[in-house]
Amino acid sequence: MSLVLYITVMAGITYLIRAIPFTFFTKKIRSRYLRSFLYYIPYAVLSAMTIPAIFYSTGSVITAAAGTAAALILSYFGMPLIVVALSASAAAFIAGLFL
Amino acid sequence: MVKELRRGMVHGIPIALGYLSVSFGFGIKAVRSGLSVLTAAIISALNLTSAGQAAGVEIIAAGGPLLEMILVQLTINIRYSLMAISLSQKLDEKFTFPHRLAASYGITDEIFAVCSAQERKITPAYMYGMIFVAFLGWVSGTALGAAAGQLLPEPINNAMGIVLYGMFLAIIVPPARKKLSVFIVVAIAAAISVLIKYCLEFITSGFAVIISAVIASAVGALFFPVKEDSV
Repeated sequence: MSLVLYITVMAGITYLIRAIPFTFFTKKIRSRYLRSFLYYIPYAVLSAMTIPAIFYSTGSVITAAAGTAAALILSYFGMPLIVVALSASAAAFIAGLFL
Repeated sequence: MVKELRRGMVHGIPIALGYLSVSFGFGIKAVRSGLSVLTAAIISALNLTSAGQAAGVEIIAAGGPLLEMILVQLTINIRYSLMAISLSQKLDEKFTFPHRLAASYGITDEIFAVCSAQERKITPAYMYGMIFVAFLGWVSGTALGAAAGQLLPEPINNAMGIVLYGMFLAIIVPPARKKLSVFIVVAIAAAISVLIKYCLEFITSGFAVIISAVIASAVGALFFPVKEDSV
């Protein structure tokens, strides 16, 4: 099977999955239930993607837990995204030095 | 216009930094699977997604059937459809049909997350700025990883793995702190995700995210409907 065909199919499917709903949902959704559902979706998606995957993101549950703790504390106090993200990484790195 | 573009680019910087490390890993994996540096970079430029690309490269390496490629991409990436519908409700009037066609290319977990966290409407310029910067991080990271193999020392590479998740937490924690409803939805989604990971192992990670998010949001919408103007 040709490489070009694989890559075309892969990219085509990935694009259509995004483009079809994004392009054709042009009207405001009226149903209060659906609007509430869509309001919660981003938070629910991110939560499900993060937990428990975050604990396996650094190759060691202990360093990942240190990074997670740093991220939770800093985001609780409303620090900017980049600060929280890099501090989580720094905390995981420092914890790794002690292992 | 220019201001919006620049605002999007600035908001794209943490995304691009996170992407650098993740796509670096993808580049290494692609070359190990027998692809060239150029092919790896092209795949990253065309798809702009992590899990889907990793699975796709495995299918290519194994010479799997095209049907498998289609089904796997559908399953892993179907979450983007939910995100696209959610985001479609937040778009500025400037988002005409051609803009929607173009910007839909850049709906990733992270770009969606940052866009939905914005208080104001999303303009095309804002999204393009963010997509452009994220794209640079994603494609250059892939090329670097593919070309240089393990360029970064292992401890740094490992620590970089948490960057994107740290960003996700920074997005969900502040609203969860302010609103009990968001906190409950976030907790339900996390609990189902954990349950699936450890008890229902046959469910792939893409499906796990969809199931967890849909149930949690459905419960949230049922018990805590939002006010008319807050979406």
